[in-house]
Amino acid sequence: MRELFTEHLIYWLILFLFMLGPYGMIFKKNLVKKLMSMNIMQVAVILFFLALGQKTGGTIPINLPGLIGAEHYINPLPHTLMLTAIVVSLATLGVSLGLLLTVQKRYGTLEEDELLRRMNQ
Amino acid sequence: MKEQLPALIVIVPLLIALLSPLVAYFSTRLLRGLGLTAAAVSFVSAVGALGHALTKGPWHYYFGNWAPPWGIEYVIDPLSGLMAVLVSFLSLVVLIYTDSFLREEGWLKQGIHYALYLLLTAGLLGMTVTGDVFNLYVFLEISSLSAYGLIASGGYKATVSAFRYVLVGTVGASFYLLGVGYLYAITGSLNMADLTVRLQPLLDSQAVLIAMVLILVGMGIKMALFPLHGWLPDAYTYSPPAAIPFIAGVMTKVMAYVLLRYFFFIFGVLNGFVPLVLEVVGWIAALGIILASVMAIAQSDFRRMLAFSSVAQVGYIGLGLSLGNMFGFIGAVFHIINHAIMKCCLFLVAGGVKWKTGEHLIEKYAEMSRRMPLTMGAFLLGAFSMVGIPPTAGFFSKWYLILGAIEKDLWIYVVVIILSSLLNAIYFFRVIEQAYLKKAPVAEREKFVEDKKPELPATMLVPIVVLGACILVVGILNEPLVSNILLMAFPGGGL
Amino acid sequence: MSMEFLLAYRPLWAILISLVAAALIMLTGDKRPNLRETWTIVAAVGKMLIVFSMLPLVLAGGVIEIEPFKIARGVSLHLRADAAGMVFAVLASFLWVVTSFYSIGYMRKLQEEHQTGYFACFAVCLSATMGIAFAANLLTFFVFYEILTIATYPLVVHHRDQESIKAGRKYLAYTLIAGQLFLVGILWVQFLVGHGDFQPGGFLAGKASVGALQTIFLLMTLGTAVKAGVMPVHGWLPSAMVAPTPVSALLHAVAVVKAGAFGIVRIVGYVFGPQLLAQLGVAQILAWFAAFTIIVSSLIAMAQDNLKKRLAFSTIGQLSYVVLGAALLTPLGIMGGIFHIVAHAVMKITLFFCAGAIFATTQLTRVSELNGIGREMPYTMGAFTVGAVGITGLPFIVGFISKWNLALGSLQGGQGVYVGVLLLSSLLSAAYFLPIVYAAFFKKSEPQVAKHHCGEANKMMLIPLLITAAVSIVLGVFPNAGGGLYDLAAMSAQSIVSGQFMVGGW
Repeated sequence: MRELFTEHLIYWLILFLFMLGPYGMIFKKNLVKKLMSMNIMQVAVILFFLALGQKTGGTIPINLPGLIGAEHYINPLPHTLMLTAIVVSLATLGVSLGLLLTVQKRYGTLEEDELLRRMNQ
Repeated sequence: MKEQLPALIVIVPLLIALLSPLVAYFSTRLLRGLGLTAAAVSFVSAVGALGHALTKGPWHYYFGNWAPPWGIEYVIDPLSGLMAVLVSFLSLVVLIYTDSFLREEGWLKQGIHYALYLLLTAGLLGMTVTGDVFNLYVFLEISSLSAYGLIASGGYKATVSAFRYVLVGTVGASFYLLGVGYLYAITGSLNMADLTVRLQPLLDSQAVLIAMVLILVGMGIKMALFPLHGWLPDAYTYSPPAAIPFIAGVMTKVMAYVLLRYFFFIFGVLNGFVPLVLEVVGWIAALGIILASVMAIAQSDFRRMLAFSSVAQVGYIGLGLSLGNMFGFIGAVFHIINHAIMKCCLFLVAGGVKWKTGEHLIEKYAEMSRRMPLTMGAFLLGAFSMVGIPPTAGFFSKWYLILGAIEKDLWIYVVVIILSSLLNAIYFFRVIEQAYLKKAPVAEREKFVEDKKPELPATMLVPIVVLGACILVVGILNEPLVSNILLMAFPGGGL
Repeated sequence: MSMEFLLAYRPLWAILISLVAAALIMLTGDKRPNLRETWTIVAAVGKMLIVFSMLPLVLAGGVIEIEPFKIARGVSLHLRADAAGMVFAVLASFLWVVTSFYSIGYMRKLQEEHQTGYFACFAVCLSATMGIAFAANLLTFFVFYEILTIATYPLVVHHRDQESIKAGRKYLAYTLIAGQLFLVGILWVQFLVGHGDFQPGGFLAGKASVGALQTIFLLMTLGTAVKAGVMPVHGWLPSAMVAPTPVSALLHAVAVVKAGAFGIVRIVGYVFGPQLLAQLGVAQILAWFAAFTIIVSSLIAMAQDNLKKRLAFSTIGQLSYVVLGAALLTPLGIMGGIFHIVAHAVMKITLFFCAGAIFATTQLTRVSELNGIGREMPYTMGAFTVGAVGITGLPFIVGFISKWNLALGSLQGGQGVYVGVLLLSSLLSAAYFLPIVYAAFFKKSEPQVAKHHCGEANKMMLIPLLITAAVSIVLGVFPNAGGGLYDLAAMSAQSIVSGQFMVGGW
């Protein structure tokens, strides 16, 4: 039972973050907070991939002379994939912030209920 | 050049997209020409690639000559080739159409619009031709981000709807990515063909089940499968008329195609948990068809009505997916083609009416048939196809879907399909009545009686008429399409 | 384009000629009405000639069959001019010629709007009717059946007023739902057997369980019975009378409703077959519904004051003669039913033509207003009398022949009760028609109505109705005159019963 937590603690953290994302998106009223929650969710997925690549006793995947054999290096592939995912996350963030700026300029508020009220006037 | 066709399909729109703002600064006419050329090249390449796939077998194109499973490859088999042809064709047609909307805008707005539009095209095409699941995620996000931008350009209400779409869409993409992560964790591979082989012994494991569900939910959100469709009505209603025909026609279909690819090809419909998962998909798809059709009846805005109709039609594709047999597959793919053409045509009509008269409420469509005869004629064909009247294309999708349902003894689905045809008839005939039979108020009539101009500029009218004709042609010629392309696309080559 | 190709594809040309005409009519528009009307006449005469040219071959026992292309996986668009199809096609194409002239006269006299759309839709309807007549499998039949539904909708809502729109909605509701039920039946058959090709004597025997076959029969007959106006799904027909009278005449007395009745003949004779239906026991139920319809519709007709509504209910009853004939499952019964398609069509179209002529000339629509009109419009009312008396079944008018065969058919099958039904129906028809004739000729017209009288109907309307009345009489004496229709009906019945396309007459 202990192993479930100690060995896989990282996955519990990931699960927590992954749940935190939608919770924030649904229950927080401020649009920026929703955005942040979305980002947290994306981070959770990124951590998941990175956790996959870990090996006990492995070092960073740069070729060290004398250290031969895959078991000495952590898996670099998830890292490269997640570089892409981080860029995607950044781009999404950029687009969303741009949208929010426009909304703020037009409606003057970023609180959801107030925004809906002003939109329907 | 010929050997690079699969790459050209995606790269040409991508490059031109990046150059667009710069070109626009110098000359918007050059921009238009360049954009149309990009779309045309993409279309021709897709057709060529499909031809190759039909005659010589699937085309595996290795990027940088790195062989899979380490390198990324593009695979053009009959199914992906067909999707690529469909996407690039509609992209070209709608691009011709957008000319009139963008003419009055400044160079920056035009440049950005073309950039986003071509990025969207490149992203969707990349999704269809890629053979690597992570590459699919990348293109998924490329297309999604461009779509968010395009939708947001439709006004302030559109910006708010686009923001909601960003949130929900990113959740969907994250689910998909997590599912890919699970698959990678179990098999160590990201290449679709390789995954198919490596998953075979593992299909009864829980990890695969979770991966399946995650991918299903993720793509379900993106394709607006009930009940994950909440973002769609607002996004489609407020989106600018220049972009929405393409988005509405194609985006959800490509997402549905991804699910088809996963469930029919990678997982295999008869293995492990797949039949169970598909059964659940079937139930929610059926529910979605009925509920969305009912909601469409309640709408007074033409575009919102079309949006709910889209949710229902995506349900048909989901139903075909869930049947898991050959007729279900044919029905689903054929409906992808049909619905893409139909919905694109209908939104082109909506945009045309808005351009000419500024109206988008159904009750304001009175006597529209007199003002815009060809446009409403195309609408008529689209409406008949949605209801399922032979010999339009929509009828034949239902033909194959019902055959598939009968084969699996799932009579409830037959009832659902029939019922939804009748519900579709209710809300489409309401618009037909309004446009053809009702009289406009006298003040309006004065306006259009003197209007001697042609109903729409040619760049808008030709796409509308061409797509309307396609609805009829695809319907009448559905047999060659099915026998020569779709059957070959079916895993195992069909019968 | 070899001569052989042209001759072989005649069923297809018969369908296409009026589609081309429809396009030409739409292009010509309201600006040149005479040119526009020319297209209709040319197409109608052309269609009639094409169809009649195929008669000799079919009368000799052959069929003209083509499969131009495949329309769905495993199913082709299959057209076949066989005996039953030729009966329907000859009837429809001949009557379209007559109706076209009548339409022109009627629409111009009343100066109706939307004439371009009217004539174009009419042309498409006749295309669809040819398609239904020549369809050789279920899917082809269904495609043209639905096209007919859609093409008749604009004609029903022609006047664009509240009443017409409501009637149009009712029409669509009934026909689209029926179409969907029919479709389920067709798909089920497609799944069970792999094809839907019409075979004389049926092809479903032994292909599925009794329950499944009964359900398929129910679905298919519901689908076609709605168009054929069998009670209780007849509700759309009286409402559809808001359409202009030529529409009611050709479409709702001939094309649409006969398509439904013809569909039932195809289902009974060419999909299921008499033997299978006798085993399943479902034809009995169909016969009861038909008999019920015959009697009840006549009773309702008696209560109608609006002339077209009275004719509508009369049509409902008369159509069930065809359904009854098919449901009797005997050779003479089926033959009588098929021939009644012809008989009723010519008689009823005469009656509708007269009703329209009266309306166009005097604006009168009610039976109670028709006193004395016979003196003002003697030819019109003369034709009316011929039609009315023919419906009641008087010998020497064509209605008698089909009634006689139906009566013999029911005796042949040991179901003598239907003879009683037929007799009762004759009496009731007399009860709702003869008073009109009497009042028209022998009663004095009311003063406030008399001012509407303005002489006989114009020639464009008068000549067609005289022609159809004359045809009723000629066919009553020489049932094979003109097109050998009586022989065709016999051949069809024989082929159904014997299970092969008949060679030679009977």
